[in-house]
Amino acid sequence: MTIRHEMLPERPAPSLTVGPIAWLRANLFSGPVNSVFTLLGLYLLYILLTPTIQWAFINADWIGTSRDDCSREGACWVFVNARLPQFIYGLYPRAELWRPNVVFATFAVLIAWLAIPRLPFKRWVTLIALIGFPLFAYAMLYGGYFGLPVVETHRWGGLMLTLVLAVVGMVAALPIGILLALGRRSQMPIVKSFCVVFIEFWRGVPLITILFMASVMLPLFMPTGVSVDRLIRALIGITLFQSAYMAEVIRGGLQAIPKGQEEAAAALGMSYWRRMGLIVLPQALKMMIPGIVNTFISLFKDTTLVMIIGLFDLLGIVQAALSDSRWLGFAVEGYVFAAFLFWIFCFSMSRYSQYLERKLHTGHKR
Amino acid sequence: MSVRPQARPTGPKPPFWRDRAKRALIFQVLLIAAVAAFLLYIIGNTQANLAARGITTGFGFLERTAGFGIGQSLIEYSSQSTYGRTFLVGLLNTLLVSALGVLAATIIGFTVGIARLSPNWLIARLASGYIEIFRNIPLLLQIFFWYFAVLQALPSPRDSLTLSELVFLNVRGLFLPEPQFLSGFGLIPTAFAVAVVASIALVVWNKRRHEATGKRLPAGWISLALLIGLPFAVLVVTGVPVTWEVPELRGFNFRGGITVIPEFLALWLALSIYTASFIAEIVRSGIQAIPHGQTEAAQALSLPQGLVLRLVVIPQALRVIIPPLTSQYLNLIKNSSLATAIGYPDLVSVFAGTTLNQTGQAIEVISMTMAVYLIISLLVSLFMNWFNARVALVER
Repeated sequence: MTIRHEMLPERPAPSLTVGPIAWLRANLFSGPVNSVFTLLGLYLLYILLTPTIQWAFINADWIGTSRDDCSREGACWVFVNARLPQFIYGLYPRAELWRPNVVFATFAVLIAWLAIPRLPFKRWVTLIALIGFPLFAYAMLYGGYFGLPVVETHRWGGLMLTLVLAVVGMVAALPIGILLALGRRSQMPIVKSFCVVFIEFWRGVPLITILFMASVMLPLFMPTGVSVDRLIRALIGITLFQSAYMAEVIRGGLQAIPKGQEEAAAALGMSYWRRMGLIVLPQALKMMIPGIVNTFISLFKDTTLVMIIGLFDLLGIVQAALSDSRWLGFAVEGYVFAAFLFWIFCFSMSRYSQYLERKLHTGHKR
Repeated sequence: MSVRPQARPTGPKPPFWRDRAKRALIFQVLLIAAVAAFLLYIIGNTQANLAARGITTGFGFLERTAGFGIGQSLIEYSSQSTYGRTFLVGLLNTLLVSALGVLAATIIGFTVGIARLSPNWLIARLASGYIEIFRNIPLLLQIFFWYFAVLQALPSPRDSLTLSELVFLNVRGLFLPEPQFLSGFGLIPTAFAVAVVASIALVVWNKRRHEATGKRLPAGWISLALLIGLPFAVLVVTGVPVTWEVPELRGFNFRGGITVIPEFLALWLALSIYTASFIAEIVRSGIQAIPHGQTEAAQALSLPQGLVLRLVVIPQALRVIIPPLTSQYLNLIKNSSLATAIGYPDLVSVFAGTTLNQTGQAIEVISMTMAVYLIISLLVSLFMNWFNARVALVER
């Protein structure tokens, strides 16, 4: 009888249970049906991606100045390249482009500061972003202050206008939305019904009819002789629309705060606004951030509708560039470029909101 | 143990602004006054403006002759029809594209949503790629893409793409054969109605028998066979009283058959594909919301896989899915108003566009258009409330 005193050396696991082959077997070829689906999926991917990659990269033309530089075998990115300043800034005077650039940079810094959890002074930065930045951006973009020449709003356009519409709509809608949401939960019957009617009205109609209303009915509502800038009209429409959606998000957040919180604050003798401002809203707003980001994404996409009332946002200016007689026939390139920009913005925002949701939900998940 | 409320502490009566009830009253009176003042101000301005521009208010314009043509209408319409008629045509076109859009978006959305949960890695990735791409690109851009970049780039009628010389696709639209019903076709809808009644009776009887005796027939399959088989049998017996009118190329365009205008195609494709990406996410989260224990418990009761899905997973998932799903349907209906950007003759394009421009009756036209969408929204919310009350979990 032999007794072995040392352990046998570990043998590697069978190659069929670990490593890439096992992964393939488990995830792609676990049965006949799955294998068929995998092959179908691969085929679909092949017929979709091959022509796309060939068109967009391999056969594409990247450098040049006019349409003669395009071989027409693939995408002609020359068109996008030549029009890039317009797509980004609209008809903003070329000599003044540093102004939107400064605003873009400030905006990026503020957003990054707010989005990165580790950075301090969140409350102050939020205040600056919500109050100081819009004033600063207005002074920079419109001009008329500090000796900057005035740039009329009809020269604004492209990605810049899209961002202006979305950010102003958002910032202006936030306080209105908070008031509406509080009003909807109010005990006062008239305040409550006013808020319900207001919210449901703007949520019930399409944005485009609101924009139509803002562009044809608003001038009728003003005193005779007063004319409102077209951009302002669009902004009013967008703000009203967005505030209704915002109110519903905020109401959802308010409902998630246990009633005991408000009751405890009331027991301490706090007034309504102190209870709301110090106890309920700070907790609720934190939980609402993912929802707010989501409404911001839809607002960002919806700003494209302003082209129907004659403003040249990113999509509007691409559409206008497509009808330029020197560059006919590049519709796909123009749309793909606009779609790519929109996609980058929306996708990164939605990823951020998902990350926040995960971060905020850690304690509650089963 | 009961505690009697203490008497109010005596002392000087607090001023009225410390009394919550009075404060609420004052606040609400102020709100009403502010809203009323705002409305009066607007109405006054509007009247002054209308008078200055010489526009008469009222709905009389609906009786006047419109004088413009509309590319697609489900009811009799000519340029001699009234503005009231344009409203109806636009409304019906909106409802048509919305109904077909809801149908297609539901089918694509459920397919992609379920594929997203597939154990097959590649299929799940493809589905989530679809969702992430189409959800994050503005709908208007997608409509433009389909209309200007795809459908406008199709060949002219002479070089149409065709499916065995029956279906034609070209820059003027999609041309489908149209069924012409001969006499005797009336029997087929009748047969279908009979089949529907018979299936309902069968299902009810089967359920009662199942509860009483524990025996059951595969009622679903029998009903399906009835619903398809009976009309088909009648069709064959009566000698197929249908002919198909195939579209034909005459001159520069196709004549005959059903014409689907490219504006409709672009809008319908974009609406369905865009909304489907949201529906897919709703379906996925609805199914994922069912705890795995539910499935395991059902399997422990030795229910077959089909019944696990039908009796345990789907009814619970639907409770989570239906409310956001209805709001997506509502979004689709509202988004169909983007038709105006490519000239599909929907309510906003025909009525709030052309009619408004011709008559200048901004207030009436915009209010009528908004009222339509508001009524649709209200109806859908009523349905939602009814549904929520019906399926809500009955807790303690």
